[in-house]
Amino acid sequence: MPATSSLFYQVHFYLFGLLAIASAIAFVTRRSPVSAALWLVAVMFNLAALYVMLGAHFVGVIQVIVYAGAIMVVFLFVVMLLNLGRDGELSDFRGRWGRLAAGLVGLALLAQVMALARTRFVTGLQVPAAPVFGGPPDRGAVGDIAAPLFTEHLLAFEVTSILLLVAIVGAVVIGKRRGAA
Amino acid sequence: MIPEALALSAVLFTIGTIGVLTRRNAIVIFMCVELMLNAVNLSFVALSKLYGATGQVFVVFVMTVAAAEAAVGLAIIIAIFRHGHTVDLKNINLLKG
Repeated sequence: MPATSSLFYQVHFYLFGLLAIASAIAFVTRRSPVSAALWLVAVMFNLAALYVMLGAHFVGVIQVIVYAGAIMVVFLFVVMLLNLGRDGELSDFRGRWGRLAAGLVGLALLAQVMALARTRFVTGLQVPAAPVFGGPPDRGAVGDIAAPLFTEHLLAFEVTSILLLVAIVGAVVIGKRRGAA
Repeated sequence: MIPEALALSAVLFTIGTIGVLTRRNAIVIFMCVELMLNAVNLSFVALSKLYGATGQVFVVFVMTVAAAEAAVGLAIIIAIFRHGHTVDLKNINLLKG
């Protein structure tokens, strides 16, 4: 893996970042829900590439499998189930005032977060001199996550599985047709 | 690279917020929320480079919650569509006083 400071690394980091931003802008501006969903998949692939470049290989893989592969397929499935693929039915966007308000809120939010990122925030966060992450080389990409997941965060992990069970049951109950029981 | 990743995360979160505020299609709004979750995940991953793998564990949790949210939310959208034959939020005003 090339060093973080190498030109190769930096060029690709900025490339994937700009592609992610461009895809996100395309995602928000498409009228058709299907093309919006496909642009969102593009954002997720670019983010997966960035995860891998940041050293989180396992997260990058499950980003592709779970997010781009499963969640977005569910979205597309619902779009096609409800037959919303055509973009004709009036304009999907809100009126002029809604857009203006959204633009102002977005600018304020962006300015806020950027100001936070520029000032003490990041310098305060860079307290550890050397990157902590990296782990023992023998554990591999999965072991780095599995070790804390199944020791420190075991309770949260189990609660998450209960949450998934509740979500499955809830989705089936809500989505069921009234008379079909 | 970490400040750049945090800035990218901020930009993506903002784009997702703008999408939530400007769109009227309930499904697209849901996808915008997914984009915001992704932006937060990018922050987690970037900061996990400084603070150890706990950030990546949280990304796993966020993805699980996002999957649960997508399943339940889309089921609700399907139920609403059966009720009113629309997913346009302008026409979904049952709770309006």
